[in-house]
Amino acid sequence: MSKKYQVSSDGYYGDFGGAWVPEMLYKNVEELQANYLQIIESREFQEEFRTLLEEYCGRPTPLTYAARLSKEYNTHIFLKREDCNHTGSHKLNNAIGQILVAKRLGKKRIIAETGAGQHGVATATVCALMNLPCIVYMGEVDIARQQPNVKRMEMLGAEVRPALSGSRTLKDATNEAIRHWIANPDDYYLIGSAIGFHPYPDMVGRFQSIISEEIRAQLKAKTGKETPDAVIACVGGGSNAVGAFYHFLDDDSVRIIEAEAAGLGIDSGKSAATSILGTEGIIHGCRTLLMQTEDGQIVEPHSISAGLDYPGIGPLHAHLIKTGRAEVVPVTDQQALDAAFKLTRLEGIIPALESSHALAALDQLTFKPTDVVIVNVSGRGDKDMDTYMKAMKDGSTTH
Amino acid sequence: MNNRMTALFENKHENILNIYFTAGYPNINDTVTIISELEKAGVDLIEVGIPYSDPLADGPTIQESGTVALKNGFTLKLLFEQIREARKTTTVPLILMGYVNQLMQYGIEKFVKECADSGVDGLIIPDLPPAVFERDYKELFAIHNLSFTFLVTPNTSDERIKMLDNLTTGFLYVVSSASITGAKSGISDEQVAYFERIKPLISSPKLIGFGISDNETFTTACSYAEGAIIGSAFIKMLSKDGVGGIASYIKSVRG
Repeated sequence: MSKKYQVSSDGYYGDFGGAWVPEMLYKNVEELQANYLQIIESREFQEEFRTLLEEYCGRPTPLTYAARLSKEYNTHIFLKREDCNHTGSHKLNNAIGQILVAKRLGKKRIIAETGAGQHGVATATVCALMNLPCIVYMGEVDIARQQPNVKRMEMLGAEVRPALSGSRTLKDATNEAIRHWIANPDDYYLIGSAIGFHPYPDMVGRFQSIISEEIRAQLKAKTGKETPDAVIACVGGGSNAVGAFYHFLDDDSVRIIEAEAAGLGIDSGKSAATSILGTEGIIHGCRTLLMQTEDGQIVEPHSISAGLDYPGIGPLHAHLIKTGRAEVVPVTDQQALDAAFKLTRLEGIIPALESSHALAALDQLTFKPTDVVIVNVSGRGDKDMDTYMKAMKDGSTTH
Repeated sequence: MNNRMTALFENKHENILNIYFTAGYPNINDTVTIISELEKAGVDLIEVGIPYSDPLADGPTIQESGTVALKNGFTLKLLFEQIREARKTTTVPLILMGYVNQLMQYGIEKFVKECADSGVDGLIIPDLPPAVFERDYKELFAIHNLSFTFLVTPNTSDERIKMLDNLTTGFLYVVSSASITGAKSGISDEQVAYFERIKPLISSPKLIGFGISDNETFTTACSYAEGAIIGSAFIKMLSKDGVGGIASYIKSVRG
C-alpha cells in the first residue's frame, strides 16, 4: 500500500478531495466515513471479498505478455487483462466491494450512476447476486447510444432511470443519483469511479487496488522483477488507473502514465482532457481539476469513449499530476480507434475504447528495449462494436 | 453600513416571507424588475439564485430556470451589475444563493467583496462545508458585514443543529423534508414533529423552506418559525404569468 499517497483523515490528497456536500447528505456521508475502513479492513469482509473476486469475478486476471505488440514498439509490454473479468471490465471489482459494505451497513436498496453502462451492469450484477433492488441513473443521451447495456441491466432486474437534466450524460446521471440519495437517505449510493466526496475516491481505490497487487505478484513470477518500468492506464474519473497504479506509487522508478481522452483534439473544443484543460474547483462534492468556464459553469466534455466522457478527474489523479508523479498523455478519438484495431490484429484482443486510449499512449512514449511496460486493458470491446464496425465500414482507421 | 437582514430580524419576528428566484430568468434583464416588484409587494427578504450548470441541491424547476438564464447569457459580472442597479431603488435585504465552485472560480475573497460593494446582505452556499467556512472564511464574511446561512434538515443531529445555530450569522434555513427543492408540497404531521423538536435547539431566526407554495403552507410554516421561503412555486408562477403576476401571487400567499 502507498504511504506517500494515502488519503488524509478528512479525505484529501494534497489540495484535492474532501466532502463538499450539502447538509442533506451530511448524515449519509458521515456514516460512510465513520465506518468504511473498519468494515473493509475486517478479516471476515476481506475473506468474503477475496472469495467473490476469485469465484465470481474470475480473478486473478491474466498478465499477458504481448509479443507482437512488444516487437512493434521495441520494448517489453505486458497487458493486465481486466477485460477478462465477469461483466467485461474492472468495474466489477469495486461493485463487489461496495455491495458488501452496503450489506454491512444494513442498506436495503442500491442506486448507481453510469455512463457507458459498464458500472451500471456491474452494479445490477452484484444486486442480482445479493438480492437487492437496484436503480441505475443513466443520461438519456447515453441510454440511446448504449442500448445493449441498458438491456443487460434490465435483464439483471435493475431499473434504469433516464437523467433528463442538463446535457443528459454521465455528469447529469451522477447529479440525479446524488439527488436521489438526498431524497432517499436510507439507500446506498454505489459510486463507480474514483470520484465524488470522501470516502468514495479512497474506497474505490482500495477495491480496485487488487489490479496492481496482482500485477506485482505476476510480474515477479514471470520475470523476477519487483516492479515494471512503467504502468499505463486510461483515466476518465480514474478507477482502473488508481487500481493499476496503487501499489507502485511509492516506487519512484516506476513511471505512472495517464492516458487522457483528447476527443477531437485538445484545442478543438470537443475534448475530455481534464488535467490539461481543467482548473481547480468542485465537482460532485470533490475538489479536483475540472473543465469549466471562467464563471465556474461546468463544461460538457467530449470523447468517443463514453467511459472517459467526464468533465472531472479523481482527486488522487489531480494530486499525482500536480505533484509531477504522473505523466499525462492526451489521446484523440482517432488515435484510440487505431490502437483498438492494432491490438486486435496483433494480439487477438478486442479492447474497450477506454482501454484503447491507454494503448494509443504507446505511440507517444519512448521506452528502452529492456524496459518492462504494463498497459491496463480495463475492459473488453463488445460494447463498442457499433463504433468499431462503423470505423471498418467507412475506412476511418489506418489498420 | 448596517446589514439590512440583521435589521429585518431585529424588527420582525413572525410571518417573514423570503422569495427565491433565479437571476436572469425568464429574461436576462428581469432580475432588477423582479427585485423591485417583490419589494413593492411587501416581501421581507429576497434570495437571488445564481444560475448553475450542476445545482445538486435543487430540483428540476430551479435547474431548468438556471439553464434558461445561462442560455440567456447570464454571467456573474452581469449579476453584480444588476444588483447595483436594483440597489439604486430598493432597500429590501438581498441574499445570494449559489454553489461553491462558482465562488472559487471567481475567487472567494473577490466574490465576497463584490457582494458587499454591490449591496448584498448575505449568502447561502449549500455545498460549502461548515468546517471549511469556520476555518477559512468566517472572518472574511465578518469583515465585509455579510451574513452566512446554514441549512438544517430532518437528518441533522441535535448536537449539529446547535453547532450550526452558533455558526450562522443570518438565519438558519430549515429544510422541511429529506428532498431537493420543489419535490413536495404540503406539510405532514411528521414534519410538524420535526419543527417542534428543533425549535428549542435554535436561537437564530429560522426560515422554513422546501414545499412552501401557497397561503396554507406559508401560514403553517410560520406557526413554527419566524418565516418561510418560497422558491420553485414562485418560479413556476413566473414561467406562467411573468413578472406581471408577482403582485397578485404574493398577495395570495400572504392571504
